[in-house]
Order: sequence, then structure tokens, then C-alpha cells
Amino acid sequence: MTATYLRDYETLTGNGGAKAPWLAGLRQTALERFQAVGFPGARDEDWRFINLAPLTARSFPLATGGGLLPSAAALAPYLISIPGSRTLVFVNGRFAPSLSSSPEARPGVTVLNLGSALASHADLLDRHLGRYASAEASGFTALNTAFMREGLLVHVARGAEAGGPIHALFVSDGSQEGAASYPRNLIVLEAGATASVIESYVGLGDGSYFTNAVTEGLIGEGARLEHIKIQRESEQAYHVGTTHLRHARDSRGVSHSVSFGAALCRNNLDVVLDGPGVEAQMLGLYMGRGRQEVDNHTSLLHAHPNCSTREIYKGILDGRSHGVFNGKIYVTPIAQKTDAKQTNRALLLSEHATIDTKPQLEIFADDVKCTHGATVGNLDQQAGFYLKSRGIGGALARRILTYAFAAEVLEEIPHETLRASLEAVVMSRLGHSEEVPG
Amino acid sequence: MTMLEIRNLHAKVGDKPILNGISLVVNAGEVHAIMGPNGSGKSTLAQVLAGHPAYEVTEGQILYQGQDLLDMEPEERAQAGLFLAFQYPVEIPGVSNAYFLRAALNEIRKARGEEEIDPIDFMDLVEAKLKLVEWGPEIMSRAVNAGFSGGEKKRNEILQMAVLEPRLAILDETDSGLDIDALRIVASGVNALRRPDNATIVVTHYQRLLNYIVPDRVHVLAAGRIVKSGGKELALELEARGYEWLSEEVVSA
Repeated sequence: MTATYLRDYETLTGNGGAKAPWLAGLRQTALERFQAVGFPGARDEDWRFINLAPLTARSFPLATGGGLLPSAAALAPYLISIPGSRTLVFVNGRFAPSLSSSPEARPGVTVLNLGSALASHADLLDRHLGRYASAEASGFTALNTAFMREGLLVHVARGAEAGGPIHALFVSDGSQEGAASYPRNLIVLEAGATASVIESYVGLGDGSYFTNAVTEGLIGEGARLEHIKIQRESEQAYHVGTTHLRHARDSRGVSHSVSFGAALCRNNLDVVLDGPGVEAQMLGLYMGRGRQEVDNHTSLLHAHPNCSTREIYKGILDGRSHGVFNGKIYVTPIAQKTDAKQTNRALLLSEHATIDTKPQLEIFADDVKCTHGATVGNLDQQAGFYLKSRGIGGALARRILTYAFAAEVLEEIPHETLRASLEAVVMSRLGHSEEVPG
Repeated sequence: MTMLEIRNLHAKVGDKPILNGISLVVNAGEVHAIMGPNGSGKSTLAQVLAGHPAYEVTEGQILYQGQDLLDMEPEERAQAGLFLAFQYPVEIPGVSNAYFLRAALNEIRKARGEEEIDPIDFMDLVEAKLKLVEWGPEIMSRAVNAGFSGGEKKRNEILQMAVLEPRLAILDETDSGLDIDALRIVASGVNALRRPDNATIVVTHYQRLLNYIVPDRVHVLAAGRIVKSGGKELALELEARGYEWLSEEVVSA
């Protein structure tokens, strides 16, 4: 199965894809890593709950550039109108400047397509690219690193503010059936910097394709990052997305993950607290229907004292869909006064929907506060009775309560227009497109 | 007109009998107070009337406006004009008060064969009702009871009651946990909603609320039975003497 990937790699690198030796070396090492380990399988502990066979048994040739770009109208539902925001649009993995909004210049703030930055910001990339998302992590990350070409680069200088959210919109237009794209994003916040970054992965139409995305980020000392990932791929598509964030001392981070689409979706969120005094939050919402598979793996490494983390993941599974939540929290012996709270809840709307849920706490310090709670079940009965006592029963009551379950996570997204559009997606998924109860 | 007639009602939760033969008639235009010590069954009676699934009726009958209430689903009871103000109102995050209340009102209107109310007419209607509980319109965009104080939750119950205009309202310990200002607001709201064609059952442990909502009849529950009924002066007597003497009276009888 890997022959297609090797051939595409030869083509890509043979075309002078990487002139800088550092980049050629990074790619080559990653390719060799992929050749050695291949894709993970059921024997790998981290992948055993999800059936990757439909993805790994098939070859997805590298998406090619060119072709007609989608119309502005087709993109409109996925754009986010927030004052001061800027949008970089990528179509089938390739940057589409004509669909992107030209960034307003702000001192100390660099927002670029990674592909252009390979030449213009080689030093910066050499220092950071591949440092937080290691090709060792999995065959998927190795493959992404071998093929990385375009994506979002955000660099915010010491003490600078990026302003309104930076939106990277990755669109697969369905014109290349069975193609693969490898978005690669890098976010570097120097000490005291702040930024809000939104990544959207969107499918136009119902094509079957493969998105293998990697985002890595460094949140410098005292810096603040708000990171929002929205996955709305085609329900025939495959999405494997990995986010690695490394926090320096006293930094703050909030990471939202919202997944609606894809036949098979795997989100890896890997957060390393690489200094004391960090506060990090991880909030997730996923919905499955039909035969969708949605797998969220989060990993939190408490490597220093006095860090606090809060994690809430919620899933709503209908039809014959299958969800996975695996939340790892690792507390090293020196990470005293760690305060970590993990909650994951799943709602099964159909008797055929299933969830595998696994909190995984490994704690090697003795003065810590770590809690986790997992619930799987049906709608809240007391709330159901409350609605009935007001005359609201049946399907409407179920819809309102399911919506409320999801809204508890979405409410923490600070941008009202984005939140409203996600709430509308939830409502339409619940079979009610008229009005949002918010 | 008879609003509610309870005949020899027995109910249990799990294997535990809680109501042991309650009979009660409430007429339109009346306010009845149900009092009694903790564990006497007064909240259970309120929940059974609203149709809470945790309680099983083992004997007896309830007629509501001549209909067999026990044959109706909780939402059908609400659609037929029965309203329970909860002792512990439930929080519904993400769902605004406006959406929730309009959905409730529309379900009730649909059951009556009436047109749904549109959002603009609804806000006009709500504006008048908000005055009853001394609230501004901003409360309508907050999520139902989410993050509300105990007093705000009770006020929200009264607001819902004002908008839904029930024929029979049951207030389950609406006074518990209220400071004196909130108590006054809640009571004056209830009083403003009294009409000759509706009725109210006030379930309370303390006489305090009955200074503000003056009942026509007072019933005392003990061990799942009504052990004494009287006029509003009975509440004052209970305040002065407590519940002990009644149990003795029952035992000696």
C-alpha cells in the first residue's frame, strides 16, 4: 500500500520541492520513518479501538494543484466573520491566495502560508518545524512530515498581540476522488505573545479523500494561545489530525476541538507542560451518525510543578456510529501541586451506537490533585421530566436536551458568530434546522 | 367547579409506601395549603400530580377537570393546564429562557388547537409577565436556570407559571431558601395570577409563605395521610404549636 506514497514522494522531492538541506533532511528522515513503521494497526495500544483498515488498505495519491477553485458562495458557510480576523484558504492542500483575505499588518505578527515561508523564514522554520510534532510519534505524522508543503504559519513576537482570530480553512472540494492532502501548521508564540488560531477542515460535497494534518505549536513563557479546531469533512472522507502544543512556564492555553464529519476521524491532541505555572484547558465536542467513527485521543504531560489543567470532552453518537475517547494524563515525579481535572461524557442516542472510553492517569508525584469522571448514557431523566412538566415531550424534548448537552461545551467558545454557526450545525444534525435554542 | 378530586390515593417509591390514602377536593378559585413535617409525603403528592415516573400509584384515583389524571403523560397534564413549580428547578445549559418558554407555550397552544405564537408577539406577552417577578428582559436570553441563585430559580418558576397560565398550579416548597424580598416577589406574583377559574396548591413546611399567599383551606399531612384540615387559622396554630401535637392526636384517635 505504501508504493503510492513512495512514488508521490519521489515526484514531490524530484521537482525541487525542498531546496534547503534542512528541509530535505527533515522530509527524508520522516519518509524513512514511515517506511520503517508504516501505519499503526490494531496491535498498537493507541490505535486499537478504531478500525483503520478502510484507510490503510487503500492508497491515496497526493492531491495535485490547479483546477477550478470553489466559488466564494460555496465557501461562505465556512468563513467566520469576526472583526479583525483574517483567513487563509487552502484547497486540496494548496494555498489559494485569491480566496484568502490579505492580512492586515500588525507589528510583530507574521501570518503566512508555510509554503512561502520555507524560503523567506527558513531560520524560524529550521528552529521550530518538526520540533514539537515529532515524526517518531506515528506513521501518520511521519507521512505528513515527508509530504508537508503548505499550511499556516503564525509567529507572534515577544509581547505582541495577534489581534482577531487567524483562520486557516482547509477545503477539499471533492474534485480529486481518493486524493490525500497534508496540511502542516506551525504556531510560535514568543514570550508574552497572544494569539487566537482557528483551523477548519471542510469537505464540499460528499467525496472520499484523506486529510492527514499536523499542527505544532510553542507557547512561550507567559504567552496565551486559543486554538480551535473544527472538523467538518465529507462523511465519506478520512481525517487524521494531530496537534502538538508545548507550553513554556506561566503560559495559558485553551484548545477546542469540534468534530462533525468524516467516515473516520482521529484527533490527537498532545499537550506538554514544559514549565511550571501553566494553565491549560482542552474542550471537545464530537458527533457521530450513520457508520461514522470518531476517535479523540488526548495526552497531557505534566512535567513541572504548579500547573493546572481542565479537560472536558463530550460526544453524541447516533445510528451505528462509534466513538472513542482516550484521555491520558501523565504526571512526572517532580510535577508537585499538579491540579488536573478530566471529564468525558458520551450520549448514545441509538441502541446501535457505541463508545470506547478510557481515562488513563499515570501519576508519579504525591502532592497532586487529579480527578477524572466518565459517564456514558442517555439523556438526563430529571431534566426530561422538567421539560415534560412544561408540556414539552417526545422528539422536541430529546432535541432540546441533546442540544443542551452539546451547548455546554460550545458555550466556552468565545467568538459569538463562530459559536452560533456551530450551534446551528448541532441543531441541524438533530433534525431541526429552524432555530437555535441559545 | 371541581378542579381536582383526589380519592384514596396510595403511592410508593420503590418498595416504600409514601402516600397512604389521601382524599382531597380543590375547587376553581381556591388556594389550598398542604403542610406537614419532613417526610410526611407532601412533596411526593406534588410529584405524583405532575406525573413523576419515580412514583407508582398503587391505589386510588385522581380526577382533574373531570379527566382521569393518572391516565395522562406528564406533558399531557401540562398541556391540559397543570403546572408544578419545582422545589429544585433543573438547569438547562445552552437553551435560553426565551426559547424554552416559547416552546412550552406553543406545545400547550398546539394541544388546545391554537396557532403557535411568533417570537415578536411572544416577547410582548413576556414583557408584561416579567413585571410580576420584577425582572428585566435580559433574563430571557440567559440559559434556563443555569448559574441562577436559589431565589432566581424560584422566581423563574413563577415567571413560567405567569406565561403558561395554568388552571391548576402546584407550588412545591417554593418558599424554601428564599430571603424575604424574594419571598415577597414570588408571593405577589402568585397572588396576581389568582383567578376565579384557576386553583393553586401551595406545598410548604412553614407558615411564613401563607402570610403572603392566604389559603382558603389548610391540610396537614403526616405519614402519607391528611390528618387535619381547616381554614387559614390552622396554619397559625401549626406555627405556634409545631406538628407534634397532631401526631399525638392521630395516635390517640
